[in-house]
Amino acid sequence: MDFRRVKEYFSWLYYQYQIISCCAVLEPWEQSMFNTILLTIFAMVIYTAYVFIPIHIRLAWEFFSRICGYQSTISN
Amino acid sequence: MANPGGGTVCNGNLHKSQKQSNGSRSGNCTKNGIVKEAQQNGKTHIYEKHIVESFEEAPLHVMVFTYMGYGIGTLFGYLRDFMRNWGIEKCNAAIEREEQKDFVPLYQDFENFYKRNLYIRIRDNWNRPICSAPGPWFDVVERVSDDYNWTFRFTGRIIKDVINMGSYNYLGLAARYDDSMRTVKDVLEAYGLGVASTMCEMGTLDKHKELEDLVAKFLNVEAAMVFGMGFATNSMNIPALVGKGCLILSDELNHTSLVLGARLSGATIRIFKHNNAQSLEKLLRDAVIYGQPRTRRAWKKILILVEGIYSMEGSIVHLPQIIALKKKYKAYLYVDEAHSIGALGPTGRGVTEFFGIDPGEVDVLMGTFTKSFGASGGYLAGRKDLVDYLRVHSHSAVYGTSMSPPIAEQIIRSMKFLMGLDGTTQGLQRVRQLAKNTRYFRQRLQKMGFIIYGNESSPVVPVLLYMPSKVAAFARHMLQKKIGVVVVGFPATPLAEARARFCISAAHTREMLDTVLEAIDEMGDLLHLKYSRHMKSARPELYDETSFELED
Repeated sequence: MDFRRVKEYFSWLYYQYQIISCCAVLEPWEQSMFNTILLTIFAMVIYTAYVFIPIHIRLAWEFFSRICGYQSTISN
Repeated sequence: MANPGGGTVCNGNLHKSQKQSNGSRSGNCTKNGIVKEAQQNGKTHIYEKHIVESFEEAPLHVMVFTYMGYGIGTLFGYLRDFMRNWGIEKCNAAIEREEQKDFVPLYQDFENFYKRNLYIRIRDNWNRPICSAPGPWFDVVERVSDDYNWTFRFTGRIIKDVINMGSYNYLGLAARYDDSMRTVKDVLEAYGLGVASTMCEMGTLDKHKELEDLVAKFLNVEAAMVFGMGFATNSMNIPALVGKGCLILSDELNHTSLVLGARLSGATIRIFKHNNAQSLEKLLRDAVIYGQPRTRRAWKKILILVEGIYSMEGSIVHLPQIIALKKKYKAYLYVDEAHSIGALGPTGRGVTEFFGIDPGEVDVLMGTFTKSFGASGGYLAGRKDLVDYLRVHSHSAVYGTSMSPPIAEQIIRSMKFLMGLDGTTQGLQRVRQLAKNTRYFRQRLQKMGFIIYGNESSPVVPVLLYMPSKVAAFARHMLQKKIGVVVVGFPATPLAEARARFCISAAHTREMLDTVLEAIDEMGDLLHLKYSRHMKSARPELYDETSFELED
């Protein structure tokens, strides 16, 4: 029961996406092409985020902590 | 200063018509019971009728998505054009012949691109053939397309009893033959169908004279003249009224027939913002102060072109303000009442009655019989010398075929019905029913949360849809629910403001309107169309001002 409602909600959401991005008036092969390109871009964004964001956060944290640490040693 | 005479209006009749118009003005005062506070201090009278109209702006994300949708459509359009050009895909659109390929390209501008790649995809929502009279219910021929709307074929089935929300049938007079149309049958038997001549040769029948007298009586003016076609009335008569050396001030959103007539006349055309009296006043002041462009001479005539109801916006012209301006700067006014005649005003006399203004104050009243009278053709009404001049000088009168007799009789019958001359009050009841239906429909739609343009009393209701695929989905789903709607997109409207336009009719019953409103509600939830944030209008409100002097 709940499963069907969730499925309905997701199909409504997919329909909204199709309407807003004009996919509803495109031919089926154009729709598949557009969906593929969009999913590819989305996948690449996710992969980049997964690989690079922790490293960047660690480097930024080290950079700022070094400056604050340096200042605190100077003030001492 | 501009000479208002212009050589075509003889001033000898001025006093007579002034007296006559004063008499009818007071007559209208008591007849309609509209409370008017005419300022009796010797200045121009500004009748205070509270104008309520709204042109709400959509939220920002809607506009972003709209442009994004058009952008994606354009990208795919380029892809398809590329494939068609390189022969990967068969080209169904119009292309030049081999011999013409080295010349200036014919189909590369944006309009052809839009048509090939965006309009064709959703083309099944327009030009739908119907097979019955356009009454409140009608029958639609079912058609399908096998190759994505490049070609259609009829399945042979008919979709019966579709609720008609698209026909210009404001008073419900466009219906199948019934007993009240007996006189039309008699005229058909007596006169036949074709006139086989123009008005100036042998085409003036006694039916036309009867009709013209009736139209003049209906509109409360001195004289009127009828033509066979409404579009031709505008486009062929404006050149007869103005010429080179005259100035035309035309509203931004005027109909194509007015634009065509203005361009054919050879006069200088200047455009003022839609329904904006301040913009019009600025143009008038500049015209009177600076005169013609190079010679600085005074303009021979200044003609203001407006419409009664603008059919794409549903807005009603701010007539009192424009008449005040016209009197102050001594210009002429031409009002195209194609949609408002029969539909506005307590007795259906049009936009002048709606505002309580004497029709003699408008110089040229034009209208068509297509919308409220269930026939076809147009008329021009005003002072007698104007109409006499037009009979001789109008292109449409001299070259255009005159109106067919059964159509003239249908208009005579409708007008008598509307004026109550057939002995019943049904005509008046229909006008009241139309006003009630309009108010009900508009209020319900606004409460539901849709963005609606226009004046609260106009029977043309545009519901904004914005995104191109929503336009297609709306029209298709409504037809599945057996409701026929008209959707409009670019280029009839601005690119980002696609809309669905409902035309209310007096023949719609409360149940029909409720059915339609329920369906629209469902569609609004399915397609997420309820954008209204109940904000005030984005366009400046000018109806509270009593003077239009620019601040110095």
